[in-house]
Amino acid sequence: MVADFFASESVRDALEILKTQFPLAIWETLYVTVLSTVFAVVIGLPLGVLLVAGENGRILKVPKALLHLLNVVINLLRSVPFLILMIMVFPLTRLIVGTVVGTPASIVPLVTASFPFVARLVESSLRKVDPNVIEAAQSFGASSFQIITKVMIPESVPSLISDTAVAVTTILGYSAMSGMLGGGGLGKIAVNYGYYRYQYLVMLLAVICLIVLVQIFQSIGTGLAKRCDKRLKGRK
Amino acid sequence: MIEIQHLSKTFQTSDGEVEALKDVSLTIADGEIYGIIGMSGAGKSTLVRSINLLERPTGGKILIDGKDFGSLTEAELRRERRNITMIFQGFHLLMQKNCLKNVCFPLELAGLRKAEAQKRARELLELVGLGDKQKSYPAQLSGGQQQRVAIARALATEPKILLCDEATSALDPQTTQSILKLIREIHDRLGITVIVITHQMSVVEQICTRVAIMDGGIVAEEGTVREVFATPKSQAAKRLVYPEGGGLITAAKGDERVIRVIFNGANATKTPLIAKMAMEEGIEASILAASTRSIGDKAYGNMLLGICGGREQAEKAIRYLRAVPDIEVEEVKEEVDRDGC
Repeated sequence: MVADFFASESVRDALEILKTQFPLAIWETLYVTVLSTVFAVVIGLPLGVLLVAGENGRILKVPKALLHLLNVVINLLRSVPFLILMIMVFPLTRLIVGTVVGTPASIVPLVTASFPFVARLVESSLRKVDPNVIEAAQSFGASSFQIITKVMIPESVPSLISDTAVAVTTILGYSAMSGMLGGGGLGKIAVNYGYYRYQYLVMLLAVICLIVLVQIFQSIGTGLAKRCDKRLKGRK
Repeated sequence: MIEIQHLSKTFQTSDGEVEALKDVSLTIADGEIYGIIGMSGAGKSTLVRSINLLERPTGGKILIDGKDFGSLTEAELRRERRNITMIFQGFHLLMQKNCLKNVCFPLELAGLRKAEAQKRARELLELVGLGDKQKSYPAQLSGGQQQRVAIARALATEPKILLCDEATSALDPQTTQSILKLIREIHDRLGITVIVITHQMSVVEQICTRVAIMDGGIVAEEGTVREVFATPKSQAAKRLVYPEGGGLITAAKGDERVIRVIFNGANATKTPLIAKMAMEEGIEASILAASTRSIGDKAYGNMLLGICGGREQAEKAIRYLRAVPDIEVEEVKEEVDRDGC
């Protein structure tokens, strides 16, 4: 089997697939990941804000029951394994996209699985903002909305950027998994060739591509977060 | 004018209720530098935070220029808060914004145009002596510089009242001096009312005109700084004014009498007052405790003298010392509580 693996025949096949199918697959993976991250942030960020600002009612007055419900829903969604969640949201996917297979269709389960995760990341980042700074803003007459938009979020930007990098890499992993159930991209190639046709080399190449993508996203995120954190800048 | 009427505040904690303020009433006139001093846990921070309702009192009223703060709506309160700004022990600047933007912040909240806000912020940074630090971030500045930025920020909305919550407690003595000097200058220049919360007696001495001494959630004593320092009446005041010497005078031995000499700017540093008294009147005096400091060539503070020779000698000493200008003398008879020492 090891011999098959490196047989010139299979290498030639793999290279052929690398040339013909990988560019499109990488593109699909990228756009699914980026779009899903955008949607996950659009939904998750306000929820994270709500969780922190609503707590103890000092910034926003949110009914306790609503916060409790939100926590339960987030925990619930986070405890369902991604592939199962993907099946569970098929009706929703069909409603929104019209079909459950294909690359665009995988965005719905990806967003469903990742927005609770993003909400938790945002929550923990916003919690790190010094409550004294928030109180100082209140003493200068800041409204709840201003505290959120001018203090809590701007003060946690570096941390939120790191969160985004973590979210992107996680969603990238999920998107590869979605290849198992009709999603497109690198995951689909890995499953189709590696699992169904035993072309392990192709699978390996797909995995290497995923690793490289994760590395790139993570370094960009870490770099950006460090660069815009003014707390570390130019200490003498 | 700030009128604090029968203010009380009870906190619910896991150990039950804690009464941080018990029926506190104070009146602070416009343009005063008013000190509120007390040990940790005396309720002074709660009191100052009640003035702009960062802390909602459980009872009583805050009237500022006759306006009842408790009856304001949220939006009205936010507007009023621009007139009562605050500086803090920990500065609490926005760490991701440079100095200029930090000072612009209250103006931005008030909805001022950016160009105008920046113009004012530049003037204020100039005023606090940091005109060259506009683009620096708080993390690049020293504690004293950060507090200056915080002062500039607090002045941005042209407040009528500045609340200083332990504003110098995190600073070294030299920086404390420069910040106090700045606060004083600002007060003199802008005529704003300043309320200084502190546990440091020296801070009150240096810049305040009036002082309230807080102890266990009540105002133990209130008056001009001079009065309170010269003749502290309450235990809490005595503990603060005589941190070391208050309690050890009870043991007047035999015919020894104890008198307290209070220096209110007496010209005493150049004349050896006690030695002269001994020579001229033949009075033997031993110094039991002294807490004096000279400002310029004037002496402030107090001293406890043990006078030998019974009542007669003590009275002679009192007469002698009273003849010196700016010195007050009293015989100490009461058993001073030693708890505070």
